[in-house]
Amino acid sequence: MMPAEQTLSGATTAPDTSPVLSVEGLTVSVRTEFGLRPLVEDLSFTLNRGETLAIAGESGSGKSITSLAIMGLLPPPAVRVTAGSIRLGQTNLTTASEAQMRRIRGDRIAMIFQEPMTSLNPVLTIGTQLAEAMRAHEPISRQEARSRALAALTAVRLSQPERRLNQYPHELSGGMRQRVMIAMALALRPEVLIADEPTTALDVTVQREVLDLLRDLQRDLGTAIILITHDMGVVAEMADRVIVMKSGRMVEQAPVTTLFQAPAQPYTRDLLAAVPRMGGRTDTPAAISADAVASLSDVVVRFPIKGGLLGRTTLNVHAVEHVSFDIRRGETFALVGESGCGKSTIAKAMVGLVPHQGQITVGGHVLSPRGLDAPRSLRRRVQMVFQDPMAALDPRMRVGDLIAEPLLIHDIGTAADRRARAADLIRRVGLSPDQIDRYPHEFSGGQRQRICIARALALKPDLIIADESVSALDVSVQARVLALLQELQKEMGVAFLFISHDMAVVDSISDRVGVMYLGQIVEMGTRAQVFGDPRHPYTQRLIEAVPVPDPAHQREKTIRLAGDVPSPVHPVGSGPERLILRDVGGGHLVAM
Amino acid sequence: MVYILRRLIQSALILLGVSFITFVLLYVLPADPVRQIAGRAATAETVENIRQQLGLDQPLFVQYGRYLAALAQGDLGRSYLQKTEVAELILSRLPATLQLMAAGIFAELVLGLSMGIAAALMRGRIGDQLLMMTSFVTVSAPQFVVSLLLLYVFAVKLGWFPIGGYGTLAHLVLPAITLGILGSGWYSRMMRSSMIEVLRADYIRTARAKGLGRARVVFRHALPNAILPVIAMIGIDIGIFMGGIVVVESVFGWPGIGQLAWQAIQRVDIPIIMGVTLVSAFAIVLGNLLADLVAPLIDPRIRLR
Repeated sequence: MMPAEQTLSGATTAPDTSPVLSVEGLTVSVRTEFGLRPLVEDLSFTLNRGETLAIAGESGSGKSITSLAIMGLLPPPAVRVTAGSIRLGQTNLTTASEAQMRRIRGDRIAMIFQEPMTSLNPVLTIGTQLAEAMRAHEPISRQEARSRALAALTAVRLSQPERRLNQYPHELSGGMRQRVMIAMALALRPEVLIADEPTTALDVTVQREVLDLLRDLQRDLGTAIILITHDMGVVAEMADRVIVMKSGRMVEQAPVTTLFQAPAQPYTRDLLAAVPRMGGRTDTPAAISADAVASLSDVVVRFPIKGGLLGRTTLNVHAVEHVSFDIRRGETFALVGESGCGKSTIAKAMVGLVPHQGQITVGGHVLSPRGLDAPRSLRRRVQMVFQDPMAALDPRMRVGDLIAEPLLIHDIGTAADRRARAADLIRRVGLSPDQIDRYPHEFSGGQRQRICIARALALKPDLIIADESVSALDVSVQARVLALLQELQKEMGVAFLFISHDMAVVDSISDRVGVMYLGQIVEMGTRAQVFGDPRHPYTQRLIEAVPVPDPAHQREKTIRLAGDVPSPVHPVGSGPERLILRDVGGGHLVAM
Repeated sequence: MVYILRRLIQSALILLGVSFITFVLLYVLPADPVRQIAGRAATAETVENIRQQLGLDQPLFVQYGRYLAALAQGDLGRSYLQKTEVAELILSRLPATLQLMAAGIFAELVLGLSMGIAAALMRGRIGDQLLMMTSFVTVSAPQFVVSLLLLYVFAVKLGWFPIGGYGTLAHLVLPAITLGILGSGWYSRMMRSSMIEVLRADYIRTARAKGLGRARVVFRHALPNAILPVIAMIGIDIGIFMGGIVVVESVFGWPGIGQLAWQAIQRVDIPIIMGVTLVSAFAIVLGNLLADLVAPLIDPRIRLR
């Protein structure tokens, strides 16, 4: 089975053996006050025609720097290529002049970036941005550029391409913008396309569509792709060959099947082991008490949009619609869904940060629907851990003070008590108590998230709301933080509301799951029910869309046009149709 | 349209507030306008008579009420000393001030924006430092010093421009440049930081990745984005600008409302001070409204409601 696989992938990928791009001994360094520090060291690889080469690695591995070096877009003057060569055909890009590079960029090498939301100029229309890319390299008229722009938008399967030409980026969704970026990059049929985390910022179903699109376009145009990603699932689906990087150096280079089935290096093995996989859990859930620490009953959150002469409410954003669920003592309840589905708004309503209708009960107390005035005693029972640990910690406070601050606010214990408790909590989250007087910037991202968790634990809450708390972390760090959360839960009996867009992470940590779409819950049940037997079409689509970190995995392909997402904005007095959840057996609720 | 209407109603309320505050401030001022009118030799009786005539013996709120009632009919009152309608005085001097304002704002934008863009593109290098040092000097230099210096060098010593007065384009150059230099410091600093931020943006990287030339990246992609906060600034700046105009008009003998206000303040001519204050306040409010109306033309994401 295995050898057959390899020859199969080899046969499809290397009809032409001459490399399009060859990188030799590439070293990129940053100038610091202590001299040159290498960001990428002695990197060599070749890229063949029509091939997809994945460069995988965690943050700081130098994978993005490599792509910028190829494009000649390294941030001057501090970062530059200090050794080695990058050859595109006969041209050495490291010695090419800026004028030469300008002719190559966009024409022979094109690039798409991670953030579709910020990668297009907000003040220029889609049509202008597409046309200028072509006119920068080919002497064609405006009309000609426009008709070719239209063709390019049609090729990336964007709905209503004619209309898109005159739209501005903010009128398009993230997935549509990324298609525009792809259209722009491929319009001039470059020999090499560098895709730097092209789907990382996208929802999983959109990611699926964009990956399918990239693969189809590559097959049609024969473009060689360098795919830079941290997601081993995406690597498994897209790549022919893989380079694994760590701290600026290549760890391993292998065909994709070999890499996944027989990784040669310990680092690669660890990396693959840390990747969360769906359906990887076989344990039976521990018995959970029926005692609810929080319960939501028919909760609705709407944000008014005011307009007119008197500033009356004319429209409502229906962020959360008729949501009901319980979180039981000591369990992990996960809310999963794509961006804008209302999962974070629920978290905000539960701590009284936004007003709501319906009833939210936390620890036996009913929250005031106006929000913002949750009594302190109630706030003690619920704590939050946010997505970005860099932004969630005051950079001017020592971590000991940060962790002890909730105790100070609630006037608990003496200064010495609080310090002792902070030291204890630091130890509990796997850091050393002698780090208590350091500042947040002295810690890594994963360590900072541990500090946030310690701070959330300081008041011994019944419930911790973790809103995308591991999404910004590298997989190996993510795996350790998830293990820590489970360990703490066992020890302290705290319940988690775990909010995430990542299906594999949710599958690995949750006891019960609610799937949200456009403000409503479409399916809810135990992890085994929702992941093992998804009934709602949206849940099925979500699960189906997740890239599987196994190159042998086969999936059916469905081609969908990217169009407008249904809007949660409705005029006053109207709203989305209310979904009714039915029990399909054993407490497994599905919207009919 | 609804938006403009609502903004105009808000503006009227702001003007009402400005008129009230100015009125109260002038009322509590220790200087006595009647003394100015009657002259030093006048008897106590004459002074009282004039006071009654002008209604200045009435309580504050009665006086203010009368002023508002007249204002509602477009009557700004009569000057105490010049014996003419304030509205007439202001109208006759407004064209000169508007001319100077337009030229001054043009000069400060041309100077400030080009300095800011140049500094941002040369960021961290010697040119950047020189430009920012210059902007620091212009921000901190007093208005009359700059006026007198330019007057001395270009009018008195070199004789390129007339020393003062009004009428031809040559008369306009020095006062406009004075205003331009004074304002350019703020704008160049704002433009520089805004431009530096925009040049770091992802879409600038995209533009470069497309293989666009430097000029197109800077002027087509970066400039419209960088100029947005500056436009909002222009609306706010008109207030500070009016202060500058008072000094510059006086130094250059420019017959505008700034000069009128300057003379009126010295003689405690309350109706003129009130009138000029209201006109200036109106200019500021209007400037802000214009700035807000221009912004969505540049940035399609801004929607007015």
